[in-house]
Amino acid sequence: MAAFRGGDAPFCLGEAMDKDTNELMTLGTMAEEMSGAEMVIRALKDQGVTHIFGYPGGAVLPIYDALFQSEGIVHVLVRHEQGAVHAAEGYARSTGKPGVVLVTSGPGATNAVTGIADALMDSIPLVVLTGQVATHLIGNDAFQECDTVGITRPCTKHNWLVKDVNDLARVLHEAFQIASTGRPGPVVVDIPKDVQFRQGRYVGPASVRHRTYRPKTEPDLAGIVKALDMMERAKKPLLYTGGGIVNAGPEASRLLRELAALTGFPVTSTLMGLGAFPASSPQWLGLCGMHGTYEANKAMHDCDLMVCLGARFDDRVTGAVDKFSPGSKKIHLDIDPSQINKNIRVDLPIIADAAKALKEMVHFWKSQRRKRALLGDWWAEIEGWRAKDSLAFRNCDTLIKPQHAVDRLFALTRGRDVYVTTEVGQHQMWAAQRFRFEEPNRWMTSGGLGTMGYGLPAALGVQIAHPDALVIDIAGEASVQMTMQEMSTAVQYGLPVKIFILNNRYMGMVRQWQQLLHGGRYSHSYSEALPDFVKLADAFGCVGLRAETPAELDAKIVEMIEVPRPVLFDCRVDPDENCYPMIPSGAAHDQMILSDAEDTAPVSEAGKILV
Amino acid sequence: MQKPVERHTIAVLVDNEAGVLARVVGLFSGRGYNIESLTVAEVDHAAHTSRVTIVTSGTPEVIEQIEAQLRRLVPVHRVVNWTLEKPGIERELALVKVAGTGEKRVEALRIADTFRARPIDTTHTSFVFEITGSPAKIDNFVDLMRPLGLADVSRTGVAAISRGPEAM
Repeated sequence: MAAFRGGDAPFCLGEAMDKDTNELMTLGTMAEEMSGAEMVIRALKDQGVTHIFGYPGGAVLPIYDALFQSEGIVHVLVRHEQGAVHAAEGYARSTGKPGVVLVTSGPGATNAVTGIADALMDSIPLVVLTGQVATHLIGNDAFQECDTVGITRPCTKHNWLVKDVNDLARVLHEAFQIASTGRPGPVVVDIPKDVQFRQGRYVGPASVRHRTYRPKTEPDLAGIVKALDMMERAKKPLLYTGGGIVNAGPEASRLLRELAALTGFPVTSTLMGLGAFPASSPQWLGLCGMHGTYEANKAMHDCDLMVCLGARFDDRVTGAVDKFSPGSKKIHLDIDPSQINKNIRVDLPIIADAAKALKEMVHFWKSQRRKRALLGDWWAEIEGWRAKDSLAFRNCDTLIKPQHAVDRLFALTRGRDVYVTTEVGQHQMWAAQRFRFEEPNRWMTSGGLGTMGYGLPAALGVQIAHPDALVIDIAGEASVQMTMQEMSTAVQYGLPVKIFILNNRYMGMVRQWQQLLHGGRYSHSYSEALPDFVKLADAFGCVGLRAETPAELDAKIVEMIEVPRPVLFDCRVDPDENCYPMIPSGAAHDQMILSDAEDTAPVSEAGKILV
Repeated sequence: MQKPVERHTIAVLVDNEAGVLARVVGLFSGRGYNIESLTVAEVDHAAHTSRVTIVTSGTPEVIEQIEAQLRRLVPVHRVVNWTLEKPGIERELALVKVAGTGEKRVEALRIADTFRARPIDTTHTSFVFEITGSPAKIDNFVDLMRPLGLADVSRTGVAAISRGPEAM
């Protein structure tokens, strides 16, 4: 049932599901009496939760008290609630398990909103528990009151305000089920303080079945066979994969590789899907979309069959929708029916969990003895595009080019168990283009919402889940200051994350757009004042390193990797470098800008209004 | 390029839980869809379900998205498009207040009679008419009352159901 793997809690037992009832059932164990706060802890344990990220406050004190008196759950104290949510996202993205957040009412909840919205856009399973003022005070403008369910309604997959302690256990189990199955996403459970104190009946996960929530995960086999027919006949096919493959678990990535091997199709991916297909494969074309490679975007534009697997035709991928892949038939596999025909009309939709659909595709391809189409001409065309070497850049002896820094970071971390997070901006795109991932769940980035400040706390969540791994936040100096306070969390928990800051003193992507669209008027995109990151590291009690020339870069990176403590790495890079290739706003995939030399490509008036 | 805007009546069967209407309405406002009318009431007390009937307008692509987004809401049981999927019957109820005396008052009563609108409150200087029918019929009636002293209108919005023996 679970499309998102890893949660070992059995949400719906077979027998329980067959019983004709919509109400709670208690199976095996008798309902136990306990306080609402104790129920929260008990439900987390029954759901297999081992780590939560949070920040205490008045309206969650009973839960923190219950946590204090229990064992088996590690609480990570952040410095700001946004950090807790991003950390939980990093934890979830790197493990496949839902991330759990515990914050107080009012500002605790509102501070969490950015992270919750981020998780919704990127389909990250989170269970966010918020304290609320006592039920009799709700609506009274009480101290630290806010309408948490109202505020989070449009940025959660679902949310609840629990007014009766006897509903609490059921709601908590439903929350885990909804967050982690179907298309994953964040949920919020708002728990008034009096409900936390009150005694009530606890029921276990096995006894809960939601009244209406039934995500469709099994593919329609006729659709699978039809897809294979189209794939067998295609002359210029392309697999366009996305975060849905990662969310469907490691098996989906394995099956994608098998399908690619069987068909010989070229593979590109969205930002969210990186790692599902190995970058070392000759069939890998690299990232697609606005800052994707020339070969990936040309292939998208010119293909005659686009097989979209767990991606959603996001505007960063499509560019101008009326010019998007004009000559192709399109197959769209997605677990969320609302994604079908949303931005791009498709010829064959398949609604299913990606792993289940891929399994059937691989199975029928083999059992029906499908023949690999002759793709020699198509591959020859692709190799011609690849020969353009669109990620090439002119290196420099005196200034560190940001691309060079990412390349060296990649080269010097080979042979290690590496996880990468990013902030948002140019550095994120350079990382996506150049850091070559071989496995899923290794790349944590804020794709849909584009949240500056995501990467540092996300790295903490990753490191908590993978204590022995090398966790690197490829950062920009502007983004990283948005959640810099979480270095203190890293120090408190001894999390040796490496914050690798490509410091160009600009909000680089803003500056790049101002250059391309606004006549080089760099309005407020330059930081006249920046902290001394090395001294800042010292103040936090971690390690500060700085590299200012290409000559010293390698040794400093090695030092960063080897020091078993959190590191702030101030990598001073060329402030004027732009991120290419780029599809300018409103343009088509065959109108890419490859370098500054051709930045005269006009951005249309219609394009200027696009973000 | 832009396809013509169509008017559709969509029924949504939801769990009658706190905030469910806000989810439906918030979906429409958040994603920029139109609501021409919306009615909601509990329809099955035992099953704890409510039915929301929404009249909306948009291109066929937008209507398709509206249905898909509605189905995505967790407390939604079913979504049916009465304009596309099944032939439906639509009715609306309105209360129409007309104030006036003399010839206009007589004329209002006469027209009301032809529309089968019932006076449910009468004073020497006013009527309140109750009228049911299609939204177009009610529009028509209200327009006719305008020169006759139309004072106030309260409309329920559309309730819809399918023809024939089948339930939603």
